[in-house]
Amino acid sequence: MGAGFVAVYARDLRLAMRRRIEALLPIVFFVVAVSLFPLGVGPEPQMLRQIAPGIVWVCALLAAMMSVNNLYAADYADGSLEQMLLSGHSGVTIVAAKACAHWTVTGLPLVLSAPLFGLLFDMDGTALGVLTISLLLGTPMLSLLGSFGAALTLGLRSAGVLIVLLVLPLSIPALIFGTGAVAAVESGLSPAGHYSILGALLIFTILTAPLAAAAALRISLE
Amino acid sequence: MSTGDSDQIADRTTRAEQPQPQPQPNTSSSVTPAALPSLSADPAALPSLAAVQLACKRGTRLLFKGLDLAVESGQMVWVRGQNGRGKTSLLRLVAGLSTPEEGQVLWGGVPVRRAPGYCPQLVFIGHTNALKDDLTVTEALEFLLRLHGRHHGSALLQAGLERMGLQARRGAMVRTLSQGQRRRVALTRLALEETPSTWILDEPFDSLDVQGVERLNGLLSGHVKRGGRVLLTSHQNLDTSVLQPREVDLDGYC
Repeated sequence: MGAGFVAVYARDLRLAMRRRIEALLPIVFFVVAVSLFPLGVGPEPQMLRQIAPGIVWVCALLAAMMSVNNLYAADYADGSLEQMLLSGHSGVTIVAAKACAHWTVTGLPLVLSAPLFGLLFDMDGTALGVLTISLLLGTPMLSLLGSFGAALTLGLRSAGVLIVLLVLPLSIPALIFGTGAVAAVESGLSPAGHYSILGALLIFTILTAPLAAAAALRISLE
Repeated sequence: MSTGDSDQIADRTTRAEQPQPQPQPNTSSSVTPAALPSLSADPAALPSLAAVQLACKRGTRLLFKGLDLAVESGQMVWVRGQNGRGKTSLLRLVAGLSTPEEGQVLWGGVPVRRAPGYCPQLVFIGHTNALKDDLTVTEALEFLLRLHGRHHGSALLQAGLERMGLQARRGAMVRTLSQGQRRRVALTRLALEETPSTWILDEPFDSLDVQGVERLNGLLSGHVKRGGRVLLTSHQNLDTSVLQPREVDLDGYC
């Protein structure tokens, strides 16, 4: 179990390092999309402050969906996926390793850069902290759900659009409670309740998504 | 009356579960799946590998049916047949990548998908090489070996590459290699095998040059000699002076 996880995780990170530009594209998309909103909505600080958490969350969601397309497709095409499933490690291990690698390459940079964009929207320190924590709890969920969507649509035409249609509805709870945490703290309430629900959602996703994705991979490889 | 019925049912179930000639003289139903992993740990008594009444369907087309195939220890089976006859499908079925329309593939009497000792000893090389363009030859091989729990140090790996005539290219990116060289890198996994494992190879001779074919022949005959099993497809005729394969022609099963 452990050896298979480490082997797949290390390889995916190494591959991402070899294709740095490609790995950075979702982050660049995030940066560009987020910075478009002040230009489109107008410069009133009050309004920007209000919509900031929602914008950062939605853009993070779209960036994660964008990058999840290729999670299995390349390995499927060159036969690596077959080798992984025949290695004697369970499909869940493989899926978990690949989802972890995906989060490290796209989710983590999003979490780290989110405070910068909060500043762009004139958010104060406390709200920034809450936004970052909600993203830290939420982005692993996006990687896991995206991994499930990618496994289901593997080998299909127009898989990219299908993944988005499948996964976006599933990620609505994360979006609601992620942005809700910031709204709560801005109206003087504690964000603890929202954190708890996000944490519970994350645990639930960790327990179910890899199982579902592993089963979907098996079916896709038939 | 009711006793007779249940006896009959029990008898039928026993037969359905163990339709194969048993590897051990054990005829009672005391062979439990739990007893098998310890069996597979001993290379001298590897479980049997057999396909029973296998049928395969692709879309609506039946590729073959009623296929019985046993691969004995120390035996090489050459699957033949026209294009589109289902050679690759058969290999994928035996590897456990897909499930058969009818029948089953058994490893020591247990379907391969559920047999715990099957995957760790299996080497499957499909028509794709499973090498990443952005890794070096050594890195790509190292990953595959680690994944399959067969990485025993880089010295061994370099020796394997040398055996396949690739020592000069070991630091090269996979994307700079020719088709034949990629095939050789994939086949280096075979050069590192020392146990009588099961090899399932889909067109392993593809795009190899004369020297490559010779080296692969050496690996195959060595593996058969140490009691390993080989199941392969090949459009090229095999060199029967080195290899003595048993032929299975899929054209006879449709």
